[in-house]
Amino acid sequence: MPAVSKGDGMRGLAVFISDIRNCKSKEAEIKRINKELANIRSKFKGDKALDGYSKKKYVCKLLFIFLLGHDIDFGHMEAVNLLSSNRYTEKQIGYLFISVLVNSNSELIRLINNGIKNDLASRNPTFMNLALHCIANVGSREMAEAFTADIPKILVAGDTMDSVKQSAALCLLRLNRTSPDLVPMGEWTSRVVHLLNDQHLGVVTAATSLITTLAQKNPEEFKTSVSLAVSRLSRIVTSASTDLQDYTYYFVPAPWLSVKLLRLLQCYPPPEEGAVRGRLTECLETILNKAQEPPKSKKVQHSNAKNAVLFEAISLIIHHDSEPNLLVRACNQLGQFLQHRETNLRYLALESMCTLASSEFSHEAVKTHIETVINALKTERDVSVRQRAVDLLYAMCDRSNAQQIVAEMLNYLETADYSIREEIVLKVAILAEKYAVDYTWYVDTILNLIRIAGDYVSEEVWYRVIQIVINRDDVQGYSAKTVFEALQAPACHENLVKVGGYILGEFGNLIAGDPRSSPLIQFNLLHSKFHLCSVPTRALLLSTYIKFVNLFPEIKATIQDVLRSDSQLRNADVELQQRAVEYLRLSCIASTDILATVLEEMPPFPERESSILTKLKKKKGPGKVPDMEETKKERNSDMNGSTEPVSVNSSAVTMSTPSTSTDLLGLGLAPVLNSVAPASAGGSLLVDVFSDNSPAVASLAHTAEENFSSPRIGSADVVSDDPAAAVHDADELVNKFVCKNNGVLFENQLMQIGLKSEFRQNLGRMYIFYGNKTSTQFLSFSTAVICQDALKTQLNIQTKQVDPAVDGGAQVQQILNIECVSDFMEAPILNIQFRYGGALQNMSVKLPVTLNKFFQPTEMTSQDFFQRWKQLSIPQQEVQKIFKAKHPMDTEVTKAKIIGFGVALLDMVDPNPSNFTGAGVIHTKNIQVGCLLRLEPNTQAQMYRLTLRTSRETVSQRLCELLSEQF
Amino acid sequence: MLSDSQRHHVPIIRFILIQNRAGKTRLAKWYMQFDDDEKQKLIEEVHAVVTVRDAKHTNFVEFRNFKIIYRRYAGLYFCICVDVTDNNLAYLEAIHNFVEVLNEYFHNVCELDLVFNFYKVYTVVDEMFLAGEIRETSQTKVLKQLLMLQSLE
Repeated sequence: MPAVSKGDGMRGLAVFISDIRNCKSKEAEIKRINKELANIRSKFKGDKALDGYSKKKYVCKLLFIFLLGHDIDFGHMEAVNLLSSNRYTEKQIGYLFISVLVNSNSELIRLINNGIKNDLASRNPTFMNLALHCIANVGSREMAEAFTADIPKILVAGDTMDSVKQSAALCLLRLNRTSPDLVPMGEWTSRVVHLLNDQHLGVVTAATSLITTLAQKNPEEFKTSVSLAVSRLSRIVTSASTDLQDYTYYFVPAPWLSVKLLRLLQCYPPPEEGAVRGRLTECLETILNKAQEPPKSKKVQHSNAKNAVLFEAISLIIHHDSEPNLLVRACNQLGQFLQHRETNLRYLALESMCTLASSEFSHEAVKTHIETVINALKTERDVSVRQRAVDLLYAMCDRSNAQQIVAEMLNYLETADYSIREEIVLKVAILAEKYAVDYTWYVDTILNLIRIAGDYVSEEVWYRVIQIVINRDDVQGYSAKTVFEALQAPACHENLVKVGGYILGEFGNLIAGDPRSSPLIQFNLLHSKFHLCSVPTRALLLSTYIKFVNLFPEIKATIQDVLRSDSQLRNADVELQQRAVEYLRLSCIASTDILATVLEEMPPFPERESSILTKLKKKKGPGKVPDMEETKKERNSDMNGSTEPVSVNSSAVTMSTPSTSTDLLGLGLAPVLNSVAPASAGGSLLVDVFSDNSPAVASLAHTAEENFSSPRIGSADVVSDDPAAAVHDADELVNKFVCKNNGVLFENQLMQIGLKSEFRQNLGRMYIFYGNKTSTQFLSFSTAVICQDALKTQLNIQTKQVDPAVDGGAQVQQILNIECVSDFMEAPILNIQFRYGGALQNMSVKLPVTLNKFFQPTEMTSQDFFQRWKQLSIPQQEVQKIFKAKHPMDTEVTKAKIIGFGVALLDMVDPNPSNFTGAGVIHTKNIQVGCLLRLEPNTQAQMYRLTLRTSRETVSQRLCELLSEQF
Repeated sequence: MLSDSQRHHVPIIRFILIQNRAGKTRLAKWYMQFDDDEKQKLIEEVHAVVTVRDAKHTNFVEFRNFKIIYRRYAGLYFCICVDVTDNNLAYLEAIHNFVEVLNEYFHNVCELDLVFNFYKVYTVVDEMFLAGEIRETSQTKVLKQLLMLQSLE
């Protein structure tokens, strides 16, 4: 067989290379090279004309010297001269020199192009290929200008040799990439597409790359390539392993071509034509089936080639995202790979599953592998594999597994490689926020992050926790307590001091009742960290101190002493000095009222996209963060919204550019003085959040019988649910729709009003259908939605007027867009007017827009439920009602109603299995209110006891009113 | 359909490198424009990234915004730099296919063959990869062509 001996052909070159290799030092090498350069220069300049062989040899030496890393400033002309040689070896060296040492010397380019032109026209396939390879390697604009007209002709000409076609296809591809404007399209499109049918698989291999590039830019024009690619692929995957002879690689038929064809198909949606689509599905199934067959060879090359095709097929399946069966099969296949002994396969399976996790069809299937993935995180030796495991955990995370995944990521963070810590921190922060059912968990998680990897917690992360605490009054007391405890650690991270300083400055009062965290103790604790902190953190702490002056007048003197000390008032840092001076002055001259106004609690932050998510996206590049938000929203919209995760991101807040450090949080002088906006209500409700011995908690243990004898029993209103008895604007209509969204709202002899509505977070859309039951046209038909009194500011309803004429027997539709601004009690009223047979008709109906519509269900464990239940132990937060059953007490019906009410029905939470418990979050534009409910049926007495706990009294009351009417 | 922007990137090889363990470059084939300093930096970075990995590691490394698919043969690292969305195993086997051709062509190829015949290695590369794409995958066809060219010397 072949064999090329050492540098045969050019002895002088071999000698030179040997000399260089024998050089003992860099200096010796340079000396030898300079000697050679001098020699070559003299040969080139000499009087004697060099023969082709010598020229080739010297040019080749120059090339070698260049490749060693030395500059070459001559010899270009000799190289170009070689192009016009008739000997292949001389031409080859000439072209190689030009390809490697591209020179934009215009004089030379003309000569080079001339040489190329001659070779392209030579009809000698070897020379044509050399010329085409040179164009493909250099790909300059000058070359594009000179040759774009010729190359397509060579490509599609009937008499072109196969190997020249291959080169021409890729040459054209290169020119299309560098100078797309110059490459003519159109006339030869269909002939190029038909190269997919070429007999020579090498031609198909090259052409597929070209077509893929062109199809990406111009999908419509290359649409016909889909069916050709499918049939080509089909022929390959169904062929026996020996059919394709030269193109079979370790018993796998044409693996690289298969991969390319599958990539081409990823430029397009699933084929529309049934036959093509069916054939493609068959191909993909065949590929998946082959993965299950015993290997035809033990060689890794066999399995690699087979799996290359398999992974590309899975990419296509994911890209189409339309065949649930294939997606789940793909997922199962990848699941097998997760435990394969080959590291490569485990890595690729993790990577591929990441994209599968974002498909609604395979998300659940991916989730079943959670334990394996967590195990990978713990045991994989290769950091890049662990990184993929982190990515996959992030992608598969949803409400059901968020706590487990976040816990595992935190665990891993303790030992994670430094290179990926920051990214893990961002991911944990995002997941914790996004799936926080319980914001105490969120706060704990972030503080853990700071404890474990404080250095990697970027500003965005700690800003974010503060934004959330400020915006959510249900977590402020807990946060204050938790940061206070965390600050007790002798060595705590500066980021914790920042968070602690900020939170105590705002909400330290919520824990000041406990003698263990009295104002003075809080202050001393913070101040003990002061001297170890950097200037920005000290500046923040000074702001905390002045906030303390307002919160805790009793320690004002202590704080003033600190501010007055030389280390503050005469601090070398101008910012610290200024703060000390101004805060001290403020505390001395301002009245309590002014202090209270100036230093009021921060108003809620405006809500925008999470800045952490933005940061992660930036870090990973736009394509690399699967946009779970998007895809999950899509998924949920198909399922009437009731399974949507508590998505905090979409209603999240963000900071503006983080360029001015601490001032972003309003801690700077000016922002503090300007923060006169009213604090959100309800913060003080949590003052005694730590008193665990509240009577409400104790009452949980009481038996139902005992409580049913309570005097509240009389408060249950007895209301008929019979729609026939409905007065137009009575509450019955509203009650009928509390647990459902669709149905007939109203009907009389003239008209029927139907409803269809959907709600998500604090937004809703209601479709109202007005049906004219008569055969006469309604004239001057108009409707108005009226929000009375307080409701005006609580609900925002927008709609367009309907057509003033409604034909007999016709139905018109009106769409209401509803935004819940804050919690509300009353229902809006729909007023309808029209003329029927000369008489003006006027009617009003209450619209069933009720507070519970803005529920997002929240799953939680028994432990969490009761922990949270305990935290909502202030009397006003709980509302209880005991009432008689108006309907047969059917467990399944009750369950359906509770789910319809909008909360998650929590199984196995209540120790008494006949009780029902539920949890959800009411989303309004201004606040979110967590809600826990418990319904205890007493079948003997035919009564229920309903208990609701939320952080807002009005919410508890309203929800109780609404739900108690349903049973 | 999922994340179109992310998928169906045209595969393109950014560069192919053959380096020995000491970091000496035995072949550098560039399919993108880089200036000489940048090339030198890339060569050094690839060497640093690849040589620290052991046999239990994957054959893939993330590298800047790309990834390196590499395989070690005796003292030589064969590295292909591609887009992150490209098919890892296809390029891993493309390397092996290339190595088998070199092995056949140079009759039990060794590092020195690549040194002394560096200008022929470029020819082999151009037969199998062109414009950053896989051009020909059949070993038989490539070797036949190479022998034909050899006979023209």
